[in-house]
This record gives sequence, C-alpha cells and structure tokens, in this order.
Amino acid sequence: MRIHVVLPYHLRTLARIVGDGVDLDLAEPVTLGQTLAALEREHPALRGTFRDPQTLQRRAFIRYFACKEDLSHEPLDTPLPEAVVRGEEPLLVIGAMAGG
Amino acid sequence: MSRVRVLVGTKKGAFILSADGQRQDWKVSGPHFAGWEMFHLKGSPADPNRIYASQTSGWFGQQIQRSNDGGETWEQVGNDFQYEGGTTTHQWYDGTQHPWEFKRIWHLEPSLTDPDLVYAGAEDAAFFKSTDGGKTWAESPGLRQVKGRLWQPGAGGMGLHTILIDPKNPQRLFIAISAAGAFRSEDGGDTWAPINRGLKSRYEIPDPDADVGHCVHRIALHPSRPDTLFMQKHWNVLRSDNAGDFWQDVSGNLPSDFGFPIDVHAHEPETIYVIPIKSDSEHFPPDGNLRVYRSRTGGNEWEALTRGLPQEHCYVNVFRDAMAVDTLDECGIYFGTTGGQVYCSSDSGDSWRPIVRDLPAVYSVEVQTLR
Repeated sequence: MRIHVVLPYHLRTLARIVGDGVDLDLAEPVTLGQTLAALEREHPALRGTFRDPQTLQRRAFIRYFACKEDLSHEPLDTPLPEAVVRGEEPLLVIGAMAGG
Repeated sequence: MSRVRVLVGTKKGAFILSADGQRQDWKVSGPHFAGWEMFHLKGSPADPNRIYASQTSGWFGQQIQRSNDGGETWEQVGNDFQYEGGTTTHQWYDGTQHPWEFKRIWHLEPSLTDPDLVYAGAEDAAFFKSTDGGKTWAESPGLRQVKGRLWQPGAGGMGLHTILIDPKNPQRLFIAISAAGAFRSEDGGDTWAPINRGLKSRYEIPDPDADVGHCVHRIALHPSRPDTLFMQKHWNVLRSDNAGDFWQDVSGNLPSDFGFPIDVHAHEPETIYVIPIKSDSEHFPPDGNLRVYRSRTGGNEWEALTRGLPQEHCYVNVFRDAMAVDTLDECGIYFGTTGGQVYCSSDSGDSWRPIVRDLPAVYSVEVQTLR
C-alpha cells in the first residue's frame, strides 16, 4: 500500500524533500509504528526529529493526525485508518502549536 | 590577502559575514537553516573550510551540520547523543535528584590539528567527542563522575558551554558548566578534576567555597600562555595563573562584574575584554550604555570602550559565546547582541561599527582568519 505522509516545513527542508511530504510503500496491516519506522528508514535525515531514536517516544511538540483524529497518544501497533491505507487521506506529522 | 569569516549563530538561523583584512566591506550570507536555533558554529583550525554547526529546535531536537567548503554547502551528520552509564542523576530545582536528559549542544570545539576530531558540550551538561567528523558521538562519562549528583541547572539550563584546548598540550582540556563550575582534564577528556578554588559564590550557593556548583559563565586563554585563564563568572571576573588551580578576583573598577563573555587579544596575552551587564536580575548594560571594557593589565584596571557603540537606550544582552577575536596584525574584536547587531572593531576595541543591525537574537559569534 502507498501511504502519503505530510511533514512540517522544517523537516522537509532538513531532509531535502520536495512537495508536502513523502510516499511510503508498506505491506498490510499498516500501523502507525510501521509507518514511522519506514519514514526513518527511507529518510535517515529524519531520525531523531519526531521521536527519540532509542525509546521511540514521540517528541513533546510533535503530533500525529489522520482523518481528523489525533493518533499521538495511541500505541505504535495501532492500525492506520482505512482511508490512509488506501491513499485517500494522508498521515500528518505536525509540529504542535506553541506560543501565543 | 588575508580575509575574515565571521560565523554567527542566531535564534532563527546562521549567518556568515565575510570581509577582506580591512574589515570595512562585508558580504552577508544567510540565513542558513532558517527558522532553526543555531547555538554555535565553529571552524576547524586544521582545515578552515571544515565548519561544524549546532542546529536545534524545541520541536525537532538536535542536528549537527558540517560544511567542507567554508559554509557554502552543508551535510547533516550525527545527532545521536547518548549518556553513558544509564540513569545517573543530578540535583533538580526542588532539591530532588533528576535523571540526565539530553536537550541540545551548546558548543562545538574542533581539534587544533585533526579536522575529524571535535568536542561537543551538551545540556544537560556532558562532554561528547567525535573522531569521525561528527558522524558518531561518544560521551566521556568521567566528567559527570565529578560530584555530578550535586550539579544543578541555573535559570538558563545546565549547559556545558566552554571547551578550551591547551595548544601546548592538546590532552589538557578546560571546560565550564552552568551551574557546576570549571573542570580540567589531562587525558583528552577521559577524567576530570574541578578547578574552582578561589571562586566566591556568596549569593548563588550555600557554601561559597564549594568544589562544584559555581555558575561559571565563560573562560578564555591566550594560546601562548595556556596556564593563564580568565573567567567571567555569574558575578566576578577572575584570573588563574596556574591552569585553574587557584583563581583571584580581577574585577577592579568595572561598573558591574556580572556578564557573560570574556576574551583575550590575539597578540597581547594580558589584554582582555568583557561586556558588563547590570545584574543577574537585569540582563542589559548598566545605564543603557553598551560598553566593552578592556584591561591591558590582565584585569583590575579597566577602561570603557564606547566609540561607535550606542550610549543611550541600549538594553541588549551579549551571550557567553558571542564574542571572538581575529588574528590579523591589528586584532579585530567581534560581538553579537540579543538585539541582532554584530559589532566589529578592527583596532583592538578603540572603535566599533555594526556589520549587521537586524539579525535575530545572536547566540554565538566565532571568527576565522583566512590567509
């Protein structure tokens, strides 16, 4: 399955990604953790930027959204929504709002 | 023809300022890494085209960037900074013990002779070393074994912000940490000893003469006399003539002995510079006048340098890593402010002019003299 992951501006420039994000080819069942691991594997420049490379704990000001749902607090084996798996909706990696 | 290249780290990117030896006409390049906090950039003395940069973000963590062409292009290198020894702890604000947590790299110090050897100072305070040009990093845990459980962060965090290499004996290193103090290694960073005798921290720690816990803001040395160290502490300007074994106060007639940076003239080992700040409660120059103070006697007797600097309504700060000197015949002095100005003096501090006025808040200034 081809999953589209939308990335924040600073991560796109860091990893020299053109467009709003990347496409990842993954085998079903597609989980949040599998997608994030593929993102780090195919774009090593992103390793450590959205989660700790050792503990895999999400960085404090990063969020994972999909289909209007916040997956940030879900376990890594959570399946991604069907619309994301079908490529109709993206998985959004978001730099959380901060400041006033 | 000699040239200078000034490496400026700011709150929102890095800038490279270049000029010939006259230091009058400047070319400004940047922002590099726009939007990221650039804590520090420093070139390798062994290969000036090799520059290391600490790129960091509250959202996306730490990156180390490296250039091999004098800052024209950059490549991302290693960002995996792991503390050795698991869950050791230090003192927390509430008096409890708190695990060490990596936050960012405050300072990068390339070796004097090997472009691939570089040291890094971290927050939470730790000493890291890379022997492969920044691709991989290993902590030297011996530093945190020097009463590390008693160290505690100041308001600005617990950062290892100063790394000095003795050019006569590169195995001898000096480092400084806020708020733990100054330390010396004789074996390239494997083991360390505190060098804080003579420091008085009456308003900062309960035992003003303690081995560790002092809030050292910056230390500096002249390459020809590496046993003489100069220090800007939280309060007090001090010197040591025995490699840190003992320090004496040389604040003399300064209008305030609080401040952050301190540096030494490139050709006069007893000529030193500080930028007094009113107090720890008011981080701006006394009376709103931006003055660099110079001592030609290694301290105690200071003169204000004001020509070309704002002498009214100036309420900027100058951070600890934001002053540097070049090594041209007429020594150049540089500093950057939280107001985004980078000032240059091409006559040892007698007069100043801004190179740029409106950068983001300046975190660090380093200069490379290119011949």
